[in-house]
Amino acid sequence: MADTAIRTKDQTPTIEGMAEGMAKPAGALDARLAALNLPQQGGFSARARQDALGRLRAMGLPGPRDEYWRYTDPRGFNAPVPQALPIPHADETPLFDGLDKLTLVFVDGAFDEAASDDLALDGVEIATLAQADTVGSWAADLYGVLESAGQTPVKRPFAALNTAAARDGVLIRVTRTPSRPIHVVHRRGATDADAMWHHVIRVEQGAELTLLETGMSGARSNGVIEVDVARGGKFHHVASKRAVDPKVGISHVFARIASQAQFKSFTLSVNGTVMRNEAVIDIAGDDAVAHIAAAVLGDGEQAPFHHDDTVFITHGAERCESRQVFKKVLKNGATGVFQGKILVKPGAQKTDGYQISQALLLDERSQFLAKPELEIYADDVKCSHGSTTGAIDDEALFYLRSRGVPRERAIVFLVLSFLADALAEVEDEGLRDRIYERLDVWLTLNAVH
Amino acid sequence: MNATIDLDVREGVDRETVETVQNMGSYKYGWDTEIEMDYAPKGLNEDIVRLISQKNDEPEWMLDWRLEAFRRWQTMTEPRWAMLNYPVIDYQDQYYYARPKSMEIKPRSLDEVDPKLLATYEKLGIPLKEQMILAGVEGAEDAPAEGRRVAVDAVFDSVSVGTTFKDELAKAGVIFCSISEAIREHPDLVKKYLGSVVPQSDNFFATLNSAVFSDGSFVYVPKGVKCPMELSTYFRINAENTGQFERTLIIADQGSYVSYLEGCTAPKRDTNQLHAAVVEIVILQDAEVKYSTVQNWFPGDENGKGGIYNFVTKRADCREARAKVMWTQVETGSAITWKYPSCILRGDESQGEFYSIAIANNWQQADTGTKMIHLGKNTRSRIVSKGISAGHAQNTYRGLVSMHPRATNSRNYTQCDSLLIGDKCGAHTVPYIEVKNTSSRVEHEATTSKVDDDQLFYCRSRGMDEEEAVALVVNGFCREVLQALPMEFAMEAQSLVAISLEGSVG
Repeated sequence: MADTAIRTKDQTPTIEGMAEGMAKPAGALDARLAALNLPQQGGFSARARQDALGRLRAMGLPGPRDEYWRYTDPRGFNAPVPQALPIPHADETPLFDGLDKLTLVFVDGAFDEAASDDLALDGVEIATLAQADTVGSWAADLYGVLESAGQTPVKRPFAALNTAAARDGVLIRVTRTPSRPIHVVHRRGATDADAMWHHVIRVEQGAELTLLETGMSGARSNGVIEVDVARGGKFHHVASKRAVDPKVGISHVFARIASQAQFKSFTLSVNGTVMRNEAVIDIAGDDAVAHIAAAVLGDGEQAPFHHDDTVFITHGAERCESRQVFKKVLKNGATGVFQGKILVKPGAQKTDGYQISQALLLDERSQFLAKPELEIYADDVKCSHGSTTGAIDDEALFYLRSRGVPRERAIVFLVLSFLADALAEVEDEGLRDRIYERLDVWLTLNAVH
Repeated sequence: MNATIDLDVREGVDRETVETVQNMGSYKYGWDTEIEMDYAPKGLNEDIVRLISQKNDEPEWMLDWRLEAFRRWQTMTEPRWAMLNYPVIDYQDQYYYARPKSMEIKPRSLDEVDPKLLATYEKLGIPLKEQMILAGVEGAEDAPAEGRRVAVDAVFDSVSVGTTFKDELAKAGVIFCSISEAIREHPDLVKKYLGSVVPQSDNFFATLNSAVFSDGSFVYVPKGVKCPMELSTYFRINAENTGQFERTLIIADQGSYVSYLEGCTAPKRDTNQLHAAVVEIVILQDAEVKYSTVQNWFPGDENGKGGIYNFVTKRADCREARAKVMWTQVETGSAITWKYPSCILRGDESQGEFYSIAIANNWQQADTGTKMIHLGKNTRSRIVSKGISAGHAQNTYRGLVSMHPRATNSRNYTQCDSLLIGDKCGAHTVPYIEVKNTSSRVEHEATTSKVDDDQLFYCRSRGMDEEEAVALVVNGFCREVLQALPMEFAMEAQSLVAISLEGSVG
């Protein structure tokens, strides 16, 4: 009992009366690995890949009773091969078109040099994982390192799988703030692609980077981003993920934030059958800031929609601020999941942690499942979390309609205003306006009647 | 209150609260009663289960029920998901049945009970004589006779020593007796309801309890009856190396009302002792049950030595329309607390409430909360939980709010606050929120500033500034909980009133 060490038990069911244990489908991992054709020899990443494989074998794939997969069925991620899907026809302009940016295109996780801009940007070293792996890279000190650290206290087998198996990705090292953002575009190639990519980003002291990410890849996708922000550095991440087909995807962001550094991430997600976005943020230096936000629109009409945001923020230093803002709009039997955790380590005094998860359910069949957690080991901190679930406010709707706004338009207004707190986390006003416009279009096209 | 305080209390935390919490670190009920006991042989097997059943003169069906549970239990593994850290429990290194020798022949009335046993309860301030005024309660003698009467079932280790006011309650049709007596005297009621809220197979500890429970209380309040007095059970663990496994079954028939109170203490011992109880409450149409607990088992000493391991399954089933249950708990004792009093809101328009103050000191670890399972339409639930951690203690709120698709137009409001005193302790919140219909509204909040706006407005309109108003509302809440407690606990309650949640961290 005289044990003050931090104990987190996230691996087992939590409600009394539930069965125990983590079922490991026998042979499932072997089958999964066999289907992957793992890189046999590698350059700088070889060691990290071996270690990741060891981690993965030790933890196994998640079973149906794994507490961390309580609300999301891992079977789609466990299956050896994805279900083939036709390539959808892209009929709208990409979200960040017309913006001055450096664009990198990945098709099913592999770099497409012809479709991409030249990798030259002042103040930034850019390389692809596939190329750099043969010649060596600064990223050798980071590849798989933050992912590995992020496996405690909760196991994230698909991130370890990614470190072991991803063949490509982008390596970005920012020494001086570049003049324009970097835009990673994901595209689909083959109908049955099991896409995997692994980005490594280091923002050096005092530098700043905006990373834009759009599009989808593979019939199934697994993406990992490791971000290391040095003292006083700033990293902004704005992602838009829209699936127009019943796609299965998982992503992990592992961030380490040094003192006075800043990490801000916003993701807009629209549809997809099973999407899980995990963020593991380690606030390691004093006076650092980490914000993570998401706006999710889920419509289960064409394919079952299931969207899971799982966030784990660790405060390990003093006077740091973290903010989690997650908003989900769900209709036609859509399911939204939020698992968010703030861990305040002993000594992380003056922490200011905030977390809000909210769902707007637009019909009787949709559901929201949330587990907003706090784990606090320091006494002089401020941590709050809130979670609400409900329908469109009839009074607000009545108010708008009484002022002549048609019902469908009024609902679009109310949904946009519901999402506003999450969108406010996009610092760049221009980007934010683009996202609002796009949302407005989507919401109007998919009107709720 | 003149405990020395050697820690820096940060700004915003109420000093009186710190002193009160620290004083609670010294346990007042740690003495033991020297009394000759009969023990069942150490360890657990089918013969022990048979022995317990035999000691209680149970019918065959009850023994079968126990054996079924025992066989099930042997296939189960102990849950370790709670944020609790304790050594592996050797279930064979315990006594499962301990009875004072003098209880071998069941006393016919309290007059025949061993004076040593009566003295034990007297020392604890529990009135086992019907005319006795509650010990140590100022002003109790001035209270109207109706108001101060509490019927008590006193459980000492494995057996019920006696139950007061039985005859008077019987006149109103209320059955209040030990569960062992109910199994013999009211088998139809027991058969119908036992295990109907917490089935034998429910969870590891409940299944263990189903196999080896030795005694506990039974309440049946018939249709339309408002129980004429408060009912209470006082659990005392006395024997060493002995687990206490009590089972409580409360049935509130249609339109009835009962307020039930529970208290518990144990001597100071160096070794940990096991307590695994089950409380089942069945509430039928328009009936209401209030269940209040001051859990004050020995928490272990200041070095974390000894203390009770408290693994409790409590659940109320609002089985019919407009049934209502209110759980109030003040958790100050036990080395380990694993306890989630829950409400199954099955009947349409049924209501569940959970009010909890959990205080963990020294090396205590508490993982406690509630489950609100909304199955019926227009059901309501409210959760207010206050956790305070001091010393090296860990305090976790764990709760589930579940809105099933059928539970349309239902509401939940949850508020949990935590307060840490010192930088060696921990406070944690693990809420599960599952909403499966649109018309229901669920709100979970965990900040002290989010007190009820109406109350705040009321206070502010009377000239208080916001901070004062919030403090008043929060403290007012604590008092409200404490005032709902039985007179027996007035002493504890009076000291707990000093606790404020100012400076909560969320």
